[in-house]
Amino acid sequence: MPERYLRQSVLAHLGLESRAVDDPGDAGLVLCERAHLGKVGLRGDPADKAFLAAVEKELGFALPLRPNTVTAGDDVTAFWLGPNEWLLAVIPYEGTPLAEDLVKALAGLHAAATVLTDSRTVIGVSGPAARDVLAKGCPLDLHPSAFPAGSCAQSLLGKADVLIHLHDGGARLDLYVQRSYADYLWRWLEDAGAEFGIAVLGD
Amino acid sequence: MLQIACPHCGPRDENEFSCGGEAHIARPKQPDAISDAEWADYLFMRTNPKGALAERWCHTVGCRRWFNVERDTVTHTILRVYAMGAPRGGGGGA
Repeated sequence: MPERYLRQSVLAHLGLESRAVDDPGDAGLVLCERAHLGKVGLRGDPADKAFLAAVEKELGFALPLRPNTVTAGDDVTAFWLGPNEWLLAVIPYEGTPLAEDLVKALAGLHAAATVLTDSRTVIGVSGPAARDVLAKGCPLDLHPSAFPAGSCAQSLLGKADVLIHLHDGGARLDLYVQRSYADYLWRWLEDAGAEFGIAVLGD
Repeated sequence: MLQIACPHCGPRDENEFSCGGEAHIARPKQPDAISDAEWADYLFMRTNPKGALAERWCHTVGCRRWFNVERDTVTHTILRVYAMGAPRGGGGGA
């Protein structure tokens, strides 16, 4: 793990801090980078009761087993990525201890927990035009009836692979994007959202 | 653009998927014991039917799982979606 004082967010070169405002005003699209959110990849067999029980004991809540759903505790959010694959997002950046605890809890089981913190960054998208902007480059049906609050989906956004998480209440979307696509996706969002007015919030 | 019903994620657009070519082509168990012609047949020869074709598809940007799709090559109608390893049933052609 890099020294904390050396750690730089994926989008640091864009100077977002200098553009950050406290009040987005009437901007249609509000963007922020949620840098340094801890992430842990989890693989295991959902038919294995011991695996599910061990993970639930460690997290304090059960893993989501239905496709494209999310479960969450106070500091950890679990995303369904595949029938035997989950992503855990950890607030604050404390992914490593959680991964180590999971590895210990899953000892002897056919399962894996891997620190993926720096593999992706998270771009927070909100504002009244958020869904309209995403609809420009995403094949998903983003209407609230098809993509309700509290769900997640992996799809394409402007040709980049993203995991989209619509928070409970539906006011904010988080885009989990591979770090090498993050600069492209941020610029794509700025281009797509220009007509609605853009505000940048601090982390 | 096809709309493909991923067995896990439900209907999604074709550009979320990758096609892995024709399904149910078994790799020869002993490649060194067969002739070059038989190996070439395994590697290159496909049925290329006009009608129902079984294909492998992967939901690449979604759940990243492989599955089989039976598709009509004339109308692009998706006839059936079934699990990897399941036998091909129903449908004509191929």
